[in-house]
Amino acid sequence: MEIRQGNIAVEITVNGDLRTGIAEPRMLLSDFLRHELGLTGTHVGCEQGVCGACTVLIDGVPARACLTFAVQVEGRRIDTVEGMAEPGQLSDIQQAYHEEHGLQCGFCTPGFLTSTEALLRENPDPTEEQIREYLSGNVCRCTGYQGIVAAVQRAARVRKAVSHDA
Amino acid sequence: MKPATFDYFRPDSVTEAVEALSTNPDSKVLAGGQSLVPMMNMRLAGPSALVDIGRIEELHGIAANGSLRVGAATRQADVMDHATVVRGWPMIGAALKEVGHPAIRARGTFGGNIAHGDPGSELPAVMLALDATFVIEGPSGTRSMVADGFFLGHYTTALDEDELLVRVDIPDQATSHWGFVEIDRRHGDYALAGAAVRLDVDAAGHVSDARVALFGVASRPLRSAAAEQVLAGTRPRDAGVADEAGRVALEGVDVAADSFVSAAYRREATATVVERALLDIEPTEGA
Repeated sequence: MEIRQGNIAVEITVNGDLRTGIAEPRMLLSDFLRHELGLTGTHVGCEQGVCGACTVLIDGVPARACLTFAVQVEGRRIDTVEGMAEPGQLSDIQQAYHEEHGLQCGFCTPGFLTSTEALLRENPDPTEEQIREYLSGNVCRCTGYQGIVAAVQRAARVRKAVSHDA
Repeated sequence: MKPATFDYFRPDSVTEAVEALSTNPDSKVLAGGQSLVPMMNMRLAGPSALVDIGRIEELHGIAANGSLRVGAATRQADVMDHATVVRGWPMIGAALKEVGHPAIRARGTFGGNIAHGDPGSELPAVMLALDATFVIEGPSGTRSMVADGFFLGHYTTALDEDELLVRVDIPDQATSHWGFVEIDRRHGDYALAGAAVRLDVDAAGHVSDARVALFGVASRPLRSAAAEQVLAGTRPRDAGVADEAGRVALEGVDVAADSFVSAAYRREATATVVERALLDIEPTEGA
């Protein structure tokens, strides 16, 4: 049985790199990523799990970083928005959001991007209804969601076209 | 806000988990954390120790051999997508679609939602409607309990502080009929009023056994004896039956008012969801 108390070194694979930070058990993964690892792409909107801005992938599965303790995911793989593309570049999903105006202030966007990545891995050809259902846990105050849906549809088309060419 | 300090235990087995719960007063089980951690973040809960059961292999898994057996730490998403559950226990899938959102269901667990005991949760009412049995481990060994009697009040179940829900067994539903209807302000919210209905009918389409389980309306999910009595021996699609079952469903129940809606709204909404759940049930031959 593992026991963790007080300040401890926590080791997690983030975006493919083994990273270590100091945390108490009560430190949320969202805060660990942002303050210990300097990865401020993951945003904190509600700390209750309802807004989705903090969504990351835990072993490929979308999850609320604000409802996860860093110690809980020791040894696991976390993917954040920072890992979606090389510095200075945009992934196909990010490019689609850019082209379709799927963001305005950008606060909710990291959560939408990671959720979109998870969606397209699970369902590469989603209907509009499926897109809206899958992203129903991500809240946006700016866009009204039209641009977001269009971005996901565009990303799906682009990805399908690329995989046909490959 | 941030949660208060706690010690973290990660047992490798159920035995170790029970040991950790027993030797740490004021400890709580951490399964998916999708209900507990928001409460801790808001400082509505502040256990001094968390026992993380998420990696205990024996608590994961879905098996069907007559009855459905679900390990308590199985993720809600895995239960919802499981072909056997979809085919043989469709009420569970229908209810899980109303639980939160994909990211919540990816981490939230089947047993955790049940053990948490939120009166607005869908799964506890489904367990009442399907006559589920809960398998529980504690310092003095294993015991089981039927769902009826397990849910006692707000976040209060019959689990002792040092006990762990390990498995949920749900009887075969192949010959039963079901309906599930929920009213909430937004898809994925806890219910303002909800009904999980299960009917067994005889060859002529008359109800031989009924379960009407309500959630979101009182301090705990509960069966409506009044509605079940109305249904006994009737054909649910006969004129007036569903309406009457809805009307009497809350007889004798202390209906909750809260910051969202009044008790009067809840009474109205409950009558509606009961009626709709009954009318959703496909007509059987002879009905």
